Amino acid sequence: MGELSRIWRESDHRYRLVAHECGNCKRIFFPPRDVCPICHRDSIGKMREVELSGKGTISSFTVVHDSPRAFKRQRPYVLALIDLDEGPTITAQIVDTPLDQIEIGKRVHSVFRRIHEDGPGGIIQYGYKFAVDLS
Amino acid sequence: MSGIVSYGSYIPKYRIKPEEIARIWGENPEHIKKGLYILSKSVPAPDEDTATIAVEAARNAVKRGRINVKDIGAIFVGSESHPYAVKPTATIVASALGVDFSLFSADYEFACKAGTAAIQNAKAMVDAGYIKLGMAIGSDTSQGAPGDALEYSASAGGTAIIIGKDNVIAEINHTLSVTSDTPDFWRREGQPYPTHGERFTGEPAYFKHVMSAAKLLMERANSEPGDYRYAVFHQPNGKFPSRAAKKLGFTEEQFKTGLLTPYIGNTYSGSMMTGLSAVLDEASPGDRILAVSFGSGAGSDAFDITVTEHIDDMERESASTIKQFLNNVEYVDYSIYAKFKKKIVFGGNLE
Repeated sequence: MGELSRIWRESDHRYRLVAHECGNCKRIFFPPRDVCPICHRDSIGKMREVELSGKGTISSFTVVHDSPRAFKRQRPYVLALIDLDEGPTITAQIVDTPLDQIEIGKRVHSVFRRIHEDGPGGIIQYGYKFAVDLS
Repeated sequence: MSGIVSYGSYIPKYRIKPEEIARIWGENPEHIKKGLYILSKSVPAPDEDTATIAVEAARNAVKRGRINVKDIGAIFVGSESHPYAVKPTATIVASALGVDFSLFSADYEFACKAGTAAIQNAKAMVDAGYIKLGMAIGSDTSQGAPGDALEYSASAGGTAIIIGKDNVIAEINHTLSVTSDTPDFWRREGQPYPTHGERFTGEPAYFKHVMSAAKLLMERANSEPGDYRYAVFHQPNGKFPSRAAKKLGFTEEQFKTGLLTPYIGNTYSGSMMTGLSAVLDEASPGDRILAVSFGSGAGSDAFDITVTEHIDDMERESASTIKQFLNNVEYVDYSIYAKFKKKIVFGGNLE
């Protein structure tokens, strides 16, 4: 059940890219953090929820050939570091984009996809992935 | 009067052609292309399902209409391929949009017309003053058994329609439904693929309901086919809607814009609604639209719609248009299709 409660607890940030903004230094953190790692105690009670736009730029990526079993239907697939327009850098899968069109510097947008299912009778986890913008 | 305040669609990127399916099952693709008038159909990626399609369509509707999601008071999702047998798709959509906790929501099921039934109920709740905005979604990743005729048409896609009273881009002047107990198509609980009642599919099911609903609606609206700029019908294949339209007295000019099945296949609950979405992408103020869905089992929902001047204030290109979905495609062969659609099954709990 630990997995189930984690999926439920994380749904806002996985579904809608809900981040936390420090009310003190205005830095944005994703995944959300209860305390700003820069301002420490000065940020307590000042962390505010903000929804990110889901727009960003690929800063690095790797092609996964030796995948976990759950991703066998999708391999080879791409995991990228994405610099979001609001500041945070996140790791996410790139979908719907041929490998030869994935480059550092390409603009991407978030999409809503299945991430994992806990067997045929288990909970389905949904969340963000990214796709390269149509030029 | 209440009506459509925004709309948005989503069609997966992947496509398969009838040639590829016919190659595997030893059939003549020309018969399929001519007989069903299907040139390709959409295929969901392995990580797409009815919920992900519903969310993408809903987000496009919110974006296009610049909707404050806190104004949405109801979300109804129609589908025959909800990811869970018990646990609603509507809750996933609500959470992904960030809609308020105070919300009417439910999943609907009526074969291919569950999404349009959702439009009627959202409109009723708006008209009754229960809610400011109501969202109706038709979304499916439909199933066709390997080698069955349905495999050529059963595809994936969805459309979300937001109903309200302010800044209405298309007024819903009239709506009505017809219903009968007809054994044309069904899927029993736990069965992976549907069964069709062969000879029941055409005349006693599709044509009887679609044409009756269209005629009754025109009677109520005191209108005739010539009064409409566009006509959209449920489209299980390319042939049925064209034939129904012509029998009713509509011309190809009126129904071609909303006829998408030849390119994307039958998106089931998304079918008529996505055709309507294609029409709204290009309609002008004053244009009148007749839209009729069909759900096996069986019934039809009919709508008489008039586009208003507010459509010119809407940045329709701010969300993906149907033309964009039709242009951004990647074709797959049958083996990739079988892998994506989970027709190749792994042993054990591998995923």
